[in-house]
Amino acid sequence: MNINMTLIGQMIAFAIFVWFCIKYVWPPINNALHERQKKIADGLDAASRAARDLELAEQQAEETLRESKEQAAEILENAHKRSNQMIDEAREQARQEGERMIANAKTEIDQEVNRAKEELRGQVSRLAIVGAERILESSIDEKQHAKLVDKLAEEL
Amino acid sequence: MAGNNPTPTEYIQHHLQNLTYGYHPENGWSIAHSSTEAQEMGFWAIHLDTMGWSLAMGVLFIWLFRKVGKAATTGVPGKLQNAIEMVFEFIEGTVRGAFHGKNSLIGPLALTLFVWIFLMNLLKLVPVDLAPALFARLGVEYMKLVPTTDPNATLGMALGVFCLIIYYSIKVKGLGGFAKELSLTPFNHWLLIPFNLVMEIISLLVKPLSLGLRLFGNMFAGEVIFILIALLPFWVTWTLNVPWAIFHILVITLQAFIFTVLTVVYLNAAHEHH
Repeated sequence: MNINMTLIGQMIAFAIFVWFCIKYVWPPINNALHERQKKIADGLDAASRAARDLELAEQQAEETLRESKEQAAEILENAHKRSNQMIDEAREQARQEGERMIANAKTEIDQEVNRAKEELRGQVSRLAIVGAERILESSIDEKQHAKLVDKLAEEL
Repeated sequence: MAGNNPTPTEYIQHHLQNLTYGYHPENGWSIAHSSTEAQEMGFWAIHLDTMGWSLAMGVLFIWLFRKVGKAATTGVPGKLQNAIEMVFEFIEGTVRGAFHGKNSLIGPLALTLFVWIFLMNLLKLVPVDLAPALFARLGVEYMKLVPTTDPNATLGMALGVFCLIIYYSIKVKGLGGFAKELSLTPFNHWLLIPFNLVMEIISLLVKPLSLGLRLFGNMFAGEVIFILIALLPFWVTWTLNVPWAIFHILVITLQAFIFTVLTVVYLNAAHEHH
């Protein structure tokens, strides 16, 4: 238990070990720890950012979905409207066509009737003329005259 | 061993004697064969066992931490790396809590002190008879395994810390500032300068002394108890030395920690202006 050179030796050893520690031990462990700390912090950061992004994306997706649904509904409605319109138009057109055809047919019928009337009138007048001729030919005979008239009437 | 059947006194003395190499007035440079011879060598002697084991523990510390530090990944650490990092972070946290200045020396210093002292103290858990008996077979007469039971080792480290205290006191406060601190505290009056000087110098000198002697005292006392327990009949020893060893797991860690923290606190005081 004597105090001797060991004291000095221990001081030198102490200095050397501290120097070694400063030079070769402390920096790598310190760096590794700090880097890991940074890495973990970054990782946590990235995770929270990703979560936020995910939330945003979900919101966006929802919105897009809603918009597209609305659009689809609108398109469907338009299509319905359009088809109704088309049906109405077609109906209207058909009705008009029918009316037109009916009108045509009526005019045709009228023309036909007129023509027939004209013809009839012609025939009647001709018959009248013929009757008149016949009457004039045998005007003396009253009986005959009456007969003729009857005949004429029959012929009418 | 001193003899085949040593008396308890001889046994204790033998176990507390360092392996001393030095200049003996009669035998010249040689290894001391008895404690009186070791004493006669005076200052110019060296304790081979203290130096050897403390160097071995220091090298173990540097090697282990260097190995882990080189292989340290920033990813998931292995078990060894985890353990080393735990020690590292513990020391770093302690330094951050106790040292408020900015000095990149303090961290490594505290780490070195803590781990080195811990490892040296750890040798104490080796059974007291094992090392002396083993080395006696190899022809070595004395082998005191635990360097921290040698006041040379603890005071050597404490003196190293003392040098740092002086160095940083002067570096941070300047020579004048340091002198002012020594002479004008605690009583700021010129008449009381001599009184202040005596007080402050004593308190300054007591710092390394208490630092070294506290560690030495604790370790030495523990060692003596272990030796005394070893003197009991072999069938009783385990009832005492097992609890004592378990208790000492706490003591060796605590003493290493106290030495480290006090060093940091002293150096913090050296950095602070009053």
